Amino acid sequence: MIAGIDIGSRSIELVVMDNDTVVRQEHLPTTFDPVRQCKSILSGLEPDRIVATGYGRKLVEGMDLGTTVETITEIKAHALGVFRTFPEARTVLDIGGQDTKAISLLPGGKVGKFEMNDRCAAGTGKFLEYTATIFQIPVEEFGSYALKGDDPPVINSMCTVFAETEATSLMAQGVAPENIALGLHKSIVRRTVNMLGRVKLAFPLVFVGGVAHNPCMARLLADSLECVPGKDIIIPETPDMNGALGAAHWGGLPR
Amino acid sequence: MSESVYKEMWENLNLDIPAHDGLLEVLGKFYGDIYLSQQGRLKGAEYLDFVLSEVHGLRIKEIMDQKAQGKKVVGTFCVFVPEELTLAADAIQVGLCAGAEAGTEAAEALVPRNTCALIKSFVGFKLARICPFTESCDMIVGETTCDGKKKTYEAFGDLVNMHVMEVPQQKNATDRDMWKAEVLRYKDALEKLTGNTITTEKLRDAIRIVNEKRRALQRLNELRKATPAPISGRDALLINQISFYDDPVRFTRKINELCDELEARIAEKQGVAPEGTPRLMLSGCPMAVPNWKLPYIIESSGAVVVGEESCIGTRNSRDLVVDEGDSLESMLDAIADRYMKIDCACFTPNTEREDNVETMAKDLDVDGVIHYALMFCQPYAHEAFKIDKTLSEAGVPMLAIETDYSMEDVEQLKTRVEAFVEMIK
Repeated sequence: MIAGIDIGSRSIELVVMDNDTVVRQEHLPTTFDPVRQCKSILSGLEPDRIVATGYGRKLVEGMDLGTTVETITEIKAHALGVFRTFPEARTVLDIGGQDTKAISLLPGGKVGKFEMNDRCAAGTGKFLEYTATIFQIPVEEFGSYALKGDDPPVINSMCTVFAETEATSLMAQGVAPENIALGLHKSIVRRTVNMLGRVKLAFPLVFVGGVAHNPCMARLLADSLECVPGKDIIIPETPDMNGALGAAHWGGLPR
Repeated sequence: MSESVYKEMWENLNLDIPAHDGLLEVLGKFYGDIYLSQQGRLKGAEYLDFVLSEVHGLRIKEIMDQKAQGKKVVGTFCVFVPEELTLAADAIQVGLCAGAEAGTEAAEALVPRNTCALIKSFVGFKLARICPFTESCDMIVGETTCDGKKKTYEAFGDLVNMHVMEVPQQKNATDRDMWKAEVLRYKDALEKLTGNTITTEKLRDAIRIVNEKRRALQRLNELRKATPAPISGRDALLINQISFYDDPVRFTRKINELCDELEARIAEKQGVAPEGTPRLMLSGCPMAVPNWKLPYIIESSGAVVVGEESCIGTRNSRDLVVDEGDSLESMLDAIADRYMKIDCACFTPNTEREDNVETMAKDLDVDGVIHYALMFCQPYAHEAFKIDKTLSEAGVPMLAIETDYSMEDVEQLKTRVEAFVEMIK
């Protein structure tokens, strides 16, 4: 039995595999005490190997869990997770809590090239989470809300704080909030498309990470890439599990 | 690291003693974590440890003793300042502290916030009075290699005795003429500062000393082609850093001894990392002491650094002054020609650098290149695109990193570097 665990900035995901079959998937919020959350999500399990990924991967290594712990980066984990589910995929886009990654895939799930946002969380889930609060709606509903807009203003600021200022002044000008919300989504998509270009985007593209749940992001991405959702752009059923799935997959590969 | 025996000397240099003690403490801890923790280091690294532990102590004392005998001290920030002339004028040349965050807030009152960390650092070190090298200088030589530096030297000139050399931006005949004139103007400035005349004999000796220093560094770089890598990238970077402030003759002797040891190690197929460890090359901006952040991250991520295409690296050591000749004039021409070969990103176009990076990557048999640009360093950030294109055509993977001296992005950098290492494995 292999456990893949992905410790992200916002949530922790666990995928357990037995004989190359996924037998369990779970997630918990990361909170301010990721060690406790990791222990909690792993409690009752006795895997032969744990593969940790995500920004907290080194935490798991130091937890003394009484079994082999390996770490891989989230770049490799996402590439492998996508390869496992969609072997024909050529590009991976992961938008998580504080990172956005674009990865081009080589045959066998190997990484050809990757791009990642730097220290700033502009254009990530954090941006959406933060700007959703301006509209006083939960981030889970922010995408559907933005889809009600039909005439989005251009939002230039990629900085989360400046974008909030920009959104506030647009509200003061009487722009409909749905349109501002749509404009905010569009600003992330612009940035994301640039990043995909830098890894020489090829289809099919698989969109993973928590932000892939956002219907507005999925729609805008397909629109701006002028491609067919479901064929050129694929979103897995559980996009946020992809990193943990890739980690578990790595754990099951012959050593 | 803080030696009270030097306290009086530091006070005489008008250092801020508590702040300076703090710096030495941090530096000592940092050095312990990054350098002394390495396994299987060379015996010759004792020289590096000693020089670094005495960087603000014994080395400064040597310099102060020589100053007491009438020698002048010239501080520099750049590989364009011809050390041959400085030595021929019987002066001491030292590279100045610019590799750590210091006095940043004070520096930002003199330079815009979106100025690179290297510039802010040398301004900050001066304003905070914690660099004994800066404080012991009789003249500081700047150069017009970027807008950030040239405008900063205007403000810096209010604080120190400044001489600014104009570095051309192209490599046409007229540029070479201008550069030769700048070399002569520097010679005049040195003669005026020191009261010494640069004679044919003195210049010939100085050219030999500096050529020998560069040959020792070339020898080191040549030995790093070996597999497994016989020396860590961190130690090699430190050697390059020390080449800017230790006595050149002693440095050359010590590095040649270290190279003898490396040869023996290579003959026994010994290395600092097992055969098969991914070999990476750094390319881009200089890493001034104590900026060891990125090499440390790389070498903690299962790779080994085998080359530095940088001013604190091969850009400083690749070319020699070819004429160790008879007349003063021919030697001055040879010096001008040698420095015009520098493939600094301040030149346009700068295609030599693309060729040099590709050749070096192949010679060192690297698995990948990490391009390093200091945040806000426009010249090198631009060239990252060109180098990426050149290397991708040559089939060498490249990762572009933009960062500064702060530690806040270390975790993100680790993820990128580790992912790059996973990718090229």
